Amino acid sequence: MAISPNAFSNVIDCDIHPTVPSIDALLPYMNEHWQDTIVQRGVHELETISYPKNAPLTVRPDWRLEKGVPAANVDLIKRQALDPFGTSIAVLNCLYGVQLLMSEDMASAFASAVNDWIKAEFLDKEPRLRASIVIPTQSPEMAVNEIERLANDKRFVSVLMLVMDENPLGRRLYWPIYAAAERHGLPICVHAGSTYKHPVTSVGWPSYYTEDYASNAAAFHNMVSSFICEGVFAKFSDLKIVLAESGFTWFPAHLWRLTKFWRGLRAEIPWVDRPPIEIARDHFRLTLQPIDAPPTTEQFERLMDHMGSDEILLYSTDYPHWQFDETNVIPDGISKGLAIKIMEQNPKNTYPRLSAPLNNGINQ
Amino acid sequence: MNVDILTHEKSISKTRARMAIADCDIHPSPKSVEIEIFPFLSKRWQEYMKTYGVIYRQGFPTGPAFPKGQPNAARRDSYPTSGGKPGSDLAFMQSQHLGPNNIQLGVLNPLQCAQGVQNQDFSAAYCNAVNQWQIEQWTSKDHRLKASLMVPYEDPLASVKEIEKWAGNEHFIQVLLLSRTAEPLGQRKYWPIYDAACRAGLPVAVHAFGYGGAPVTGGGWPSFYIEEMVGHAQNTQSLLTSMVIEGVFEKFPTLKLILIEAGFAWLPALSWRLDKLWDRMRDEIPHVSRPPSQLIREHVWLTTQPMEEPEETNQLLDTIEWIGWENLLFATDYPHWDYDDPSRAMPIKIGKQQKEGFFLNNALKLYGLDQ
Repeated sequence: MAISPNAFSNVIDCDIHPTVPSIDALLPYMNEHWQDTIVQRGVHELETISYPKNAPLTVRPDWRLEKGVPAANVDLIKRQALDPFGTSIAVLNCLYGVQLLMSEDMASAFASAVNDWIKAEFLDKEPRLRASIVIPTQSPEMAVNEIERLANDKRFVSVLMLVMDENPLGRRLYWPIYAAAERHGLPICVHAGSTYKHPVTSVGWPSYYTEDYASNAAAFHNMVSSFICEGVFAKFSDLKIVLAESGFTWFPAHLWRLTKFWRGLRAEIPWVDRPPIEIARDHFRLTLQPIDAPPTTEQFERLMDHMGSDEILLYSTDYPHWQFDETNVIPDGISKGLAIKIMEQNPKNTYPRLSAPLNNGINQ
Repeated sequence: MNVDILTHEKSISKTRARMAIADCDIHPSPKSVEIEIFPFLSKRWQEYMKTYGVIYRQGFPTGPAFPKGQPNAARRDSYPTSGGKPGSDLAFMQSQHLGPNNIQLGVLNPLQCAQGVQNQDFSAAYCNAVNQWQIEQWTSKDHRLKASLMVPYEDPLASVKEIEKWAGNEHFIQVLLLSRTAEPLGQRKYWPIYDAACRAGLPVAVHAFGYGGAPVTGGGWPSFYIEEMVGHAQNTQSLLTSMVIEGVFEKFPTLKLILIEAGFAWLPALSWRLDKLWDRMRDEIPHVSRPPSQLIREHVWLTTQPMEEPEETNQLLDTIEWIGWENLLFATDYPHWDYDDPSRAMPIKIGKQQKEGFFLNNALKLYGLDQ
């Protein structure tokens, strides 16, 4: 019998997605140069092919509107994403295509605008909401500036990156971002999606959206390897990485493989001084939805045993993406005790700011 | 990895009779390309190779983009006493590997780099030369060994010609591709190869590695060899996804696909993911008429080396059960450094039928050698 999230008093949803209703909504949060640029050049909406807006997976059927953009305002989010699940806190990960832009200046302007729009339209209007800081990964320097600009507002609880960027995410050029995140008690949320600076697979561009979405799992494998092999956690020992919308059933098998090769090749990466599977369990957290689940509950229970820890999963609905129906977000095979960990304790242990007093961006 | 195979073998051979083994991944090398391969190349291509070398989609002409963990990625003890590269001396391979490990069937997968070569005509000529060399130097001299039919896969029409040239030749038991292709292997460009392989009654094997040009991750080039090595599993997941979602197995219902040296423990999670996406997006891929997990179970085999090693061995058994015992083919990867020893690869006691299938019978059945 599946457990309903409503049966719990503290439910922390670590991955929901507000939609930017249109580029016009961001203009008030840009300076005159960028307002002019967008209007005069006719800059298009920054939707991404990672989530075609009418694809079945992108928005659950009962969360679509007869008229209007799904998940684009705070009332919809309250009514569809918070209230039905008894959610006490939810983290907004906005997937507007800022990271896909080629110009770091334009990306920086859009990132700031998206963050300020989230603050004004969601965080200021609904006390249950928190957000990840959108950063222009095109320029780690500008990304750090954006983190510093917002870090004082404790409602921003993590920093958002896409799993497929221009470089593997463990690469040293990104380390200033991780230093800033660690300094401010912000985990890095690595979310499914690509900047499309490269083909999404190592054998080129696929033909179908189904393949594009499937390819995220392989990219998460690659980035787990990258973070560990580059030594990110040897340098930033307090850093946590949240893998969001990653699926999680691949996690143990990938780490068996990485750990096996580490035994034979560790001379290449001497700063990795203990088995990668142990490092991974200390530093990576994975959101619950989507669940690429085996066909039977018995197999699912075996798989949870393979995960080797009850501290890794973080509850998420992935609203408005269509990953489950009704409120069946927690699958059979997860006990009540594990559910409490996934919904409350693990998120609190991952996002330090969820336990800290709020200051709503005002200096104290 | 780097266990002294000769000493080790002496210590165990006294204690129990060894079962016969099918090793589905052995890498032979020529002692030198000039001596052993040139006799099968025309003067034109000999001169071309001497002048321009072999150009792939990578920057270094004389070695891989990621330097290996050790020279030639080979076991330190696999250098033949007669000199030359590991895997270049049949007598040494017989005495070090085939004999002591009781190899009944050894599948040769030459990684001679005739594949993925940018000059298409040269690639075709080079593949043909390596095919002739396998028979001349190896399979005609030791009948335990079988050859892989090398095709210049980025030129499917030339590949079809090469397959047709050898169809029915008992030395070849599979068509060989490398995994890092220029486009995903499910795409229609490659379909003539599958059509020809099915007509010739040969499985299509895809060995990890190659030179497609795209970064080994969807997010760019990593720094380390270990990332590339581990990445072969993700690379292979991408090509398998492509073949399933493009409908290759529905178009070619007799096609058998063998995935070599890319691991196997990732397959259950990938199958579950694809089943879920297939269910959600059937309107995009109506040509895929059955759940991907079913198509994979019926059409796909995986070689075992390098065996994943979970923290608890029963987790390995779960994983193999989820894949299907009959879908795995034992392989050692001789003479490479990450060789799996048949006497140690399976860390837990398994039933006789499963064991014989895993180490021998699955391969004999797949290749039609069980009659």
